[in-house]
Amino acid sequence: MTEEAVPEPHREAWWRRMSGRLGRASAGFGALIRSTLLRRKLDDEFYDDLLEALIAADCGVATSEALLERLRARVRAEHIHEPERALLALKEEMLRVFATRDRRLRLDARPAVVVMVGVNGSGKTTTIGKLAHRLRGEGRSCLVAAADTFRAAAVDQMRIWAARSGADVVAHQPGGDPGAVVFDALQAAVARRSDCVLVDTAGRLHTKTNLMAELVKVRNVIRRVIPEAPHETLLVIEAPTGMNAIAQARVFHEALALTGIVLTKLDGTSKGGTVLAIEEELGVPVKLVGLGEGIDDLNVFDPGAYLDALFAGVGEAPQPE
Amino acid sequence: MFDTLSDRLSTVFRSLSGRGRLSRDDVETGMREVRLALLEADVNFKVARAFVDRVKERCLGADVLESLTPGQQIVKIVNDELVALLGGEQRRLRYQSQPPTVILLVGLQGSGKTTTCAKLALATRREGHRPLMVAADTHRPAAPEQLERLGKDNQIPVAMPDGKRKPPELCRRGLEEARRLNCDVVILDTAGRLQIDPVMIAELKQIRTRVTIHDTLLVVDAMTGQEAVNVARAFDEEVGVDGVVLTKLDGDARGGAALSMKEAIGKPIVYTGVGEKVSELEPFQPERMASRILGMGDVLTLVERAQAHIDQKQAEAAAQKLLSGRFTMDDWVEQMRQLRSMGPLEGILGMLPGGRQMVRQAGAAMPTEKDLSRLEAIVLSMTPQERSHPEVLKGSRRRRIALGSGTTVADVNRLLKGFDQMQTMMKALGGRGGVKGVRGRARMLRQLQGLDPSQLGLPVR
Repeated sequence: MTEEAVPEPHREAWWRRMSGRLGRASAGFGALIRSTLLRRKLDDEFYDDLLEALIAADCGVATSEALLERLRARVRAEHIHEPERALLALKEEMLRVFATRDRRLRLDARPAVVVMVGVNGSGKTTTIGKLAHRLRGEGRSCLVAAADTFRAAAVDQMRIWAARSGADVVAHQPGGDPGAVVFDALQAAVARRSDCVLVDTAGRLHTKTNLMAELVKVRNVIRRVIPEAPHETLLVIEAPTGMNAIAQARVFHEALALTGIVLTKLDGTSKGGTVLAIEEELGVPVKLVGLGEGIDDLNVFDPGAYLDALFAGVGEAPQPE
Repeated sequence: MFDTLSDRLSTVFRSLSGRGRLSRDDVETGMREVRLALLEADVNFKVARAFVDRVKERCLGADVLESLTPGQQIVKIVNDELVALLGGEQRRLRYQSQPPTVILLVGLQGSGKTTTCAKLALATRREGHRPLMVAADTHRPAAPEQLERLGKDNQIPVAMPDGKRKPPELCRRGLEEARRLNCDVVILDTAGRLQIDPVMIAELKQIRTRVTIHDTLLVVDAMTGQEAVNVARAFDEEVGVDGVVLTKLDGDARGGAALSMKEAIGKPIVYTGVGEKVSELEPFQPERMASRILGMGDVLTLVERAQAHIDQKQAEAAAQKLLSGRFTMDDWVEQMRQLRSMGPLEGILGMLPGGRQMVRQAGAAMPTEKDLSRLEAIVLSMTPQERSHPEVLKGSRRRRIALGSGTTVADVNRLLKGFDQMQTMMKALGGRGGVKGVRGRARMLRQLQGLDPSQLGLPVR
């Protein structure tokens, strides 16, 4: 609807939003750490409770144990005695998992093709709507391929979102071939010289082999029109998902070579610790996070801000060396 | 589903039951493993801790360790506690003697409320009721259209919003509509929002004051992690939840949400969504789920599925033929078709005790759906005479069959060899007193379990 470019204050606003909303997400974790761990000795019980806190944040048993292993080594090597410093060391270790990955969307090509995939109900259509709005705000023209031809009324939902952001939609009849929708959309994008093509796909559980094969087919159709596309293949995962997120990411990654993860619904109380496990195990970067239901609530993932929110209240006063 | 948990638990149990005597330390170590297995399966950490404590107490108490088979006793205790954790008794919908019965669906966005709404409506219709669905999700774009579509495809009436009225009023009018259409079950599909969203909670409360709700069902994505408990508690505290519908169980969900619900809010799981088709909603049965998790198979569900898909008389006739050795290729293909109509082979084998191990051992040698189709194609490329007398199949006939079925002569050879082996084996089985009676059946089961799927004679690559 709005055509104006996104001004700088807007960007600042989301920072406040992110820490505000993540504050809620981290409440449990931070509170647990503050109430119990900060007043303790660094004994086995401390590590046990910390392990439980990490698992409660959905970081997963394997990743949590690996992190604590590294923490124990550091505590020994650096002669750390205070729980607070130990927790800060843990935070650094977690940041290291996230570090050194490029989280920017690769949208330099014209048209740049972005494909959204994910299990049912993870938020693909909504994320495309928000992303289209964001890209329009940056002055790019967007075309949406409504290739979710399976779910009832998915195309209607996509149309409403596209209308809100001022993107064009290419759609076929429900039950049609997603490959054909994508083919038409790409041809239209080339003809109209659109900057970006956003492809919405039907949700599918990663265990359905034939549906995964369908996605590969869609990808191949894209390549037939634009050989170097898709430029971004993003897996949409909702923050409340547990360890299953890793299984999802692994299977989608094997099939399509993901370029990034979108973590949605992070404005709830879930900690989304699975992203840590995904980045540690698969090395696929989290690029975007969904922080609410508004059209503006899609942001670039900032690991530092995420961990700050998770560890809120720890080490806020500078530590004496 | 629940495979990871199942695998890890069976490893623990193997190490426990392999020994004649168990010490307290063995139990402690075993229970630590159980706890980690539960945590890895996304079971809430508090629930996992409480569960393990209960099991440990029972294992160390009573004369479990002194008994002759301590390992098996422990497996039984875990099984009992799992059933209790999953909700004990099976719970059904609360149909009212005074219609209409009103069911309210609540849950996070994307948990599957709208799909569940249609599935539930169909389930009530299967039980002889006349459902009506109310599209009261005015929030998500095109949510009412989705429900309308589902209603139209399945001939279920839907009360649609008119663009003006708020959800509580829409629900009330839906009830009137149900009375007018003589529907005795009304299912309210509401907007999904985060459980901490005050606006949504207020809206749900208003619906509750506006219409009398008989069953409030919380729709939960089976893949939810540690968060499942917080979500369930919040919804239960704010609006009151009577039962849970667990969705997307057809994936490889680890079961954490399923195992945490009862303990977290004391409310049972009523239904589970097990597929994308609207018919794919199953009543939740704690005991069966528990034995599936423990790798003990789910023979009851298998039998039920078989009853639904297989013609009893035909099957008996085939079994007779099989055991007498007068089993032809035609019978074989027919059997294979019926078996396949019950679902993927892996799923069927997985419901047999120890079946999943069998599948895993077979690994890549496990026949796929494609292999089965190929098998059928080979048999269908034979003449009727060849099918009943495979011994006439010599070189040139085999070449013709391979060509006709789009396979190779080697495939045809493999199939013929496998068929021959199977016939010999079955004859031997039938010859030794048949499979009548408990003993006979037990023996057959044992022999079947010793079977290697790759030896079934299927043309496997």
